[in-house]
Amino acid sequence: MKTVKVYGPGCKRCETTAAMISDAAARLGVEVDVEKVTDPKSIAMAGVMSTPGISVDGKLVHAGGLPDGTKLEAWLAS
Amino acid sequence: MTTETRADPARPARADLLWYVGIPLAAIVLWFLYSQLIPFSEWVTSRLPVARHSHAGEAIAFFVYDVPKVLLLLTGIVFVTGVLRSWFSPEKTRAILPGKREIAGYPLAALLGVFTPFCSCSSVPLFIGFVSAGVPLGVTFSFLIAGPMVGPVGLGLLYGIVGWKVATIYLVFGFSIATVSGFVLGRMGLERYLQDWVQALNAGPVGDLPEERLTLVDRLKIGVEQVREIVGKVWIWVIVGISIGALIHGYVPEATMLRIMGGEAWWSVPAAVVVGVPMYTNAAGVIPVVEALLGKGAALGTTLAFMMSVIALSLPEMIILKQVLTYRLIAIFIAVVAAGILATGFLFNFLL
Repeated sequence: MKTVKVYGPGCKRCETTAAMISDAAARLGVEVDVEKVTDPKSIAMAGVMSTPGISVDGKLVHAGGLPDGTKLEAWLAS
Repeated sequence: MTTETRADPARPARADLLWYVGIPLAAIVLWFLYSQLIPFSEWVTSRLPVARHSHAGEAIAFFVYDVPKVLLLLTGIVFVTGVLRSWFSPEKTRAILPGKREIAGYPLAALLGVFTPFCSCSSVPLFIGFVSAGVPLGVTFSFLIAGPMVGPVGLGLLYGIVGWKVATIYLVFGFSIATVSGFVLGRMGLERYLQDWVQALNAGPVGDLPEERLTLVDRLKIGVEQVREIVGKVWIWVIVGISIGALIHGYVPEATMLRIMGGEAWWSVPAAVVVGVPMYTNAAGVIPVVEALLGKGAALGTTLAFMMSVIALSLPEMIILKQVLTYRLIAIFIAVVAAGILATGFLFNFLL
């Protein structure tokens, strides 16, 4: 079970990112818990400046723009 | 389009080649279409049951010429900007700014503001990220003002539609306003007017991401992605802006324009700012209006003031910034930037 957090104020790209993560997890057969973090304070505290940002199990892996599909699978698989 | 090359470094060539050929080809097609705009718009207007030099004929010709022109220009500029910006990121910018000497910090921040990609929806985390990393408040403001004020998209459109003189003046003064406003705001010691929770954050954690290595093809993809996203979002503003521009071009008599926005009417500069601030549109939407205004004899200073206040100061952005700034700080921020815009407007009305 991996905990994935998507940091972003709720813009369209953040929604898309969350959907991409769920899809990739389903493809890989990895169980994930996707949590959206929309509070600007929490986003800043996580060290994210460009949204959407992604962290996997507490480790920040991505910030700014939609993630690359291949990389996304690598983060979820590791 | 996610998997082709990355997985197998042995044969990257095929898909990459497609990009190296496709992008120049697309550029040539855009260029060709662009060169056909005047004959196209004249042809369309001539097919309609209106006299070419009637009010309606002028308005329609303006509209039919400008819509494809702005959209083509926008596509090209957004692509180039997207590729250029792929070398920049808020994280890199934040790493550069804190160490800089005060005076050099402001123009540098303004310059980085022009090239660093960020959307207004992430301006709050960006603001906090900067301030908590020790970037001075004034320098952060220079960055935030310059981004929308002298963005490459607005400048490129201004250059293509209104001409290089106005575009250059806009660039120089927009950049100066961003630099000087940040400097003035920095001198005012406004830190205590940040929201309490922002003040309480000191030296927030810096997200250390591994640096991504992008190939040229990755950057071209980013450019195309930007075109899809931005042109897809902005086209409606373009249509609205051009419609307003067409109405001005076709129906507003020059004498009226001179009376309202001419150089003699000194009050027109503050009026342009007061009207412009609450208005919100993208640069792509306001430039066709600017084109029509200037064409009808509106004074350059008044028009610049209008354009700057529409683009640089917007209500939705203030509402977003309200999460980190108190009303008092927002008011001071607006006042300082508006003062710079007013000064620019008066200067050009006085000079020309």
